[in-house]
Amino acid sequence: MSFRDAISRREFVQWAVKAPVALGLADAFLPRLAHALQDAVKEYPIIWLQASTCSGCSVSVINTIHPSIKNVILEQVLPGHQLLMTYHGTLMAATGSLSIEAARNTLEKSRKKYILVVEGAIPTAEKGAYGVIGEENGHAKTMLDWVDTYGREAMAVLTVGTCAAYGGIPAAAPNPTGCKGVLDVFADFKIDTPVINIPGCPCHPDWFIGTVAKILLYGMPKPKELDEFGRLKLFYGRSVHNRCVNRDYLDEGIFSTEFGQEGCLLELGCKGPFTNADCPIRLWNGSVSWCINAGAPCIGCTEKGFPDAHSPIYQRR
Amino acid sequence: METLRKTIAIDPMTRIEGHLKIEADIEDRKVVNARVVGTLYRGFEQILIGRNPVDAIQISQRFCGVCPTPHAIASTLALENAFGIMPPNNGRIIRNIMQAANYVQSHVLHFYHLASLDYFRGPDVPPFIPRYESDYRVPKSVHDALIQHYIQAYQIRLKAHELSAIWSGKMPHVASIVPGGVSIIPRIDNITTSLWRLKELTEFIDNVYLPDVITLSEVYRDYFSIGVGPKNYLSFGLFDLDAEPDVTRRKRLFPMGRKVDGKLESVDPGAILEDVRSSWYRSGSHLHPTKGETTPAVGKKEAYSWLKSPRYDGKVYEVGPLARIAMMQANGSLPAGKQLIDKTLHDLQLEASHLSSVMGRHLARAIECKLVADSLGEMIMQVKLEEPVCVPYVIPETGQGMGLWCAARGALGHWVEIQGGKISRYQAVVPTTWNASPRDDRNQPGPIEQALIGTTVDDTENPFPLARIVRSFDPCIACAVHILEPGKAVKKFRIL
Repeated sequence: MSFRDAISRREFVQWAVKAPVALGLADAFLPRLAHALQDAVKEYPIIWLQASTCSGCSVSVINTIHPSIKNVILEQVLPGHQLLMTYHGTLMAATGSLSIEAARNTLEKSRKKYILVVEGAIPTAEKGAYGVIGEENGHAKTMLDWVDTYGREAMAVLTVGTCAAYGGIPAAAPNPTGCKGVLDVFADFKIDTPVINIPGCPCHPDWFIGTVAKILLYGMPKPKELDEFGRLKLFYGRSVHNRCVNRDYLDEGIFSTEFGQEGCLLELGCKGPFTNADCPIRLWNGSVSWCINAGAPCIGCTEKGFPDAHSPIYQRR
Repeated sequence: METLRKTIAIDPMTRIEGHLKIEADIEDRKVVNARVVGTLYRGFEQILIGRNPVDAIQISQRFCGVCPTPHAIASTLALENAFGIMPPNNGRIIRNIMQAANYVQSHVLHFYHLASLDYFRGPDVPPFIPRYESDYRVPKSVHDALIQHYIQAYQIRLKAHELSAIWSGKMPHVASIVPGGVSIIPRIDNITTSLWRLKELTEFIDNVYLPDVITLSEVYRDYFSIGVGPKNYLSFGLFDLDAEPDVTRRKRLFPMGRKVDGKLESVDPGAILEDVRSSWYRSGSHLHPTKGETTPAVGKKEAYSWLKSPRYDGKVYEVGPLARIAMMQANGSLPAGKQLIDKTLHDLQLEASHLSSVMGRHLARAIECKLVADSLGEMIMQVKLEEPVCVPYVIPETGQGMGLWCAARGALGHWVEIQGGKISRYQAVVPTTWNASPRDDRNQPGPIEQALIGTTVDDTENPFPLARIVRSFDPCIACAVHILEPGKAVKKFRIL
């Protein structure tokens, strides 16, 4: 097995300058090299753990537009700040034990210096046996073990999506696998690594990039910047309802009672009044739309109680 | 002479959706037996029981963030079947648009971001290192182009998501699919902006994606005889063209059907049974999804997977783009499709039978992506402003429904049973359950296992041919492993 070790930035730059042809780097990566040459680039290794997840948050985050996902994983996401995605189950080249080594290596070399991103809830029933990723020392390693090992030694944890933040869909009643969010697992394990929640089903790419940028430029958020659910007020500080594009319908008393009708969607179960997120002004997917613009009620996907507190989804609460 | 037998495990299998482990027994450099094991269980069916039936649309699409659209649609079709309603034209057409955009997104993502790094070296930075040093054969010019295309493909799949989100509100996770149709009231700008996004997608597929796959087909020609599957194909079809209530008689752009032992046959949903001989369940085997039971039996002798083994008439079927393309090639139902498939095979000097292979699956997926994109413009133009998008529905006290559709990865079925106005039973048989299924009651290995068996592995420390075979199926394990009840600890994962 030829495991190529991740090399340090300085070594990489020195090496790259000497032998760009040998490296076989395409033009696509040259701008990044140029930046890297300007010294003093701060590097942030990222271990991205996918636990009990549908992968929708990864799919959503790679929808980031400015910066593009190329900017995020291959270039300095901010001047002088470079993310190094050393482990991501869906994106990384390595597979099998080689991929596990990559994560392990990051932990050992960058203790308390890497960011752990968790996507998906953590199955805790039966000592975590419902979710396993790879093996370590000849034993299957549960997702719960992963969060313990890699959460304890991280500089900070970002939970991407409602499942990682609060349990979300797999934790819905009867929660067959005992799924929990990261903060609850940390409480059980007495781990005090700081956690910032970036919920949503999925997490909006801007919320993720914005949170990362905030940490890179200003350090970990102060308590007053977070709400009681561990979210940045910046993105989750105001309700969907109060900034909804359909407020004029509400004021005029025009309500949709069936799908496909113009009107405020409260009678169809809209959870906008109980949901904090900036979807109405941020919009989704290159700002082409959001749920309400497609005539669909807000389902409260950024909230701690999602989905059970919002069920039945299409009935007025 | 003593043969050298060794068991290797690839765990985790990365660059797929979900959590998967592959085990292979290798004797004299050949895979003699293979086991495909899902390593995450979420328990969706249990979560759905007791809920308002309509909630299934939002919850079941969280099976998968790559392909939520087909789950939303199959779930809705099952509900509509139970409610006794059919969507109006606009509802049907707008769902087709969302599904088509999702196919493009999924196929582009799969080829470039999940599979292509098996064939060329990425740049020497994470997440492209570390990597297995595999047989990367493409010349430097092609290699450099593939890196550019890998990056460009991120933007293209994002555009495909935008095209969908114009109609679905956001992606992933569709907001606008509801029983009776869709909730979006179409406007003229939805149509224009969709068409111009589609143009970018089409240009990429025609000038980059399909040519790249053809280039790899030439360079890796031996991979047209590696990873041969069962050669029985099943498709439930998709893209409804009418509102015939009986799904088996409904006209679909990509038809429902089977190709078995070389012959084209129709589909009888009653012939689908699930075996559990090799699955950790002690409940009845050989049952229809509407009757399926899931009583776990950890440590059950000879069992090795949480996946059941769906079989049609007891036979092993492959599902997915290859199945749909093989059927289209045989039945000529979409003339432009047959023409493109035949021309591509002719240009590459291949027979249709070569499609059952690693490279054949990539080629089938790329061809299908083009056919879907080429059909999408017409779908968009079929949307009629001012016409209804939805019919009202009433949730019955009791009922049952079946929704058959095709996700990008293959045939997808949702079955719902309603009692007291709530879900009393919910079962989904998803594409990867077919493809990644373990050995059935007759000891027949599943399609991926069949494709692995017989493969030559020169270096057991670097089993890249096996990873290539598995990825050619585009497995989606989050979908596949969702059946189990809480029970004893799952301690019997094989430790190698």
